[in-house]
Amino acid sequence: MSGVSPACSPVRPLWPPLVAGLVLGLVLILTFVLVGNGVGASGTFASIAAWLGFQVAPAATQSNGYLGPMVAHGANPFASWIVVEVVGVAIGALLAAVSAGRFKIKVDVGAGKIGVMPRLLLALIGGVLAGLGSRFAAGCTSGVGLSGTAMLGMAGFIFLIVFFVVGLGVSALMRRVW
Amino acid sequence: MDYGVAGTALASGILFGYVLEQAGFGSPCKLTAQFRLTDWSVFKVMFTAILVASLGILLLQSGNYFGSSGFFVPTTFFWATAVGAALIGAGFAIGGYCPGTSVVGFVSGRIDGLVFMLGMVLGILGFASIYTAPITQSILHTAQISAKTLPQWLGVSPWIVWAGMVVVAVAGFLLGRMMEQRSHGVLTADDIVESVDPTSDSAHQGRAVPSNLGAGSVS
Repeated sequence: MSGVSPACSPVRPLWPPLVAGLVLGLVLILTFVLVGNGVGASGTFASIAAWLGFQVAPAATQSNGYLGPMVAHGANPFASWIVVEVVGVAIGALLAAVSAGRFKIKVDVGAGKIGVMPRLLLALIGGVLAGLGSRFAAGCTSGVGLSGTAMLGMAGFIFLIVFFVVGLGVSALMRRVW
Repeated sequence: MDYGVAGTALASGILFGYVLEQAGFGSPCKLTAQFRLTDWSVFKVMFTAILVASLGILLLQSGNYFGSSGFFVPTTFFWATAVGAALIGAGFAIGGYCPGTSVVGFVSGRIDGLVFMLGMVLGILGFASIYTAPITQSILHTAQISAKTLPQWLGVSPWIVWAGMVVVAVAGFLLGRMMEQRSHGVLTADDIVESVDPTSDSAHQGRAVPSNLGAGSVS
C-alpha cells in the first residue's frame, strides 16, 4: 500500500474487534462504577438543539414542552454530564486518529460510487432521522444499545434487535447508492 | 456540576472515543459494512463489550459493590424504544453513522460526520416541534414494560440470560467470520483512510496478500 499512502506518518492497523470490545467493556464498567450510569452521546445534541433554539427564538424555546426544561430559569443546557462526556469522546477519538496516522480531512464517499454533494445530503438525512429517533428512544446506540444492554435492560435488547433489523433492510435498499 | 463530575465525564468520554476510533468506527464505510454483512466489526465489538461489561456488573452486583444494585436502568416504553431504534437504524444505513460515531468520524477529519451531527440537531428540533402532538405522546408513553431487565421479564436468573448472550455472540462471531471470508470485506486501517472498498475487484489488484485475512484470523 506504500504507493497509495501519502508521505506523512504511516497508517497504523486498527485494533482487532475482540480487543476493542474487551477494552470498551472495561471502560463501560469503569463509567458505571464512577458515575452509576453508562456512556451516551445523543443527549448532547439535544442540549445543542436547546441552546440553538434559545439563541434564535428564546420565547418559543422556553415554552416548548421538550426543549423548555433545558433552558428554564436561565439554565445552561451545556452544564450536563453527557455534554462533557461527548467533548471527551471528541478528544479521545482525535488523539487516536492522529497518533495512528488516520486523521485525514475529506468527505467520506466510500469507494466513490457517490458524489460529494449526494453523500453530504445522505449524511444530513441520516442525521435528521437519528436525531429524531434518539429522542423517541431517549438515547442512541451508545446509551440504550450498549449501556442499556450491559445492564440487561429491556430497552437495550429491544433497541438492538430493531436497530439491526431495520438497518439491514434499509441498507439493502441503499446498496446501489453507496 | 462540580469538577469531580466533569472530570469523570471527560475521562469516560476520552476513553470511549479513543476505543471507538481504534476499532475503525470513525469510518462510515466500515460501520455500514456491518449491514452489508461484509465486515462484522460492529457486531463483534458491541457484543464483546456488552458481554464483558454485563459480566463485570453482575459480579459487582453479587455483593452490591460500588452501589452497583442502583446502577441506572431506564424504564422501557416498547413503542418509544422500537420507533427510536428503527429511525436510528435507518439513519445509520442512510447517513453512515450513529450519534456517537458521527463525532468520531468528524474529529478524524470527515466533513460528512459534521453534516450528520448538524442533521441530528435539526431532527431534535423537529422532534421538539411535534412533541405535544397526540401521536408523539402516545408513542412515548404507552406500552410501558413493568420489568426493567430481561431476567426480570423472563423470571430467570441473570446468569441464564448472560449465558444465552454468550451463545448468540459465539454464533454471530462464527457466522460473521464465514461471511467476512467469503466477501473479503473487512476494512483495514488503510482502506478507511484511503476509501478503498475491499469487496470490489479493483481493490484487490496489487495486493499480494489480502490483509483482511490477517485481521480475520486475529479475531
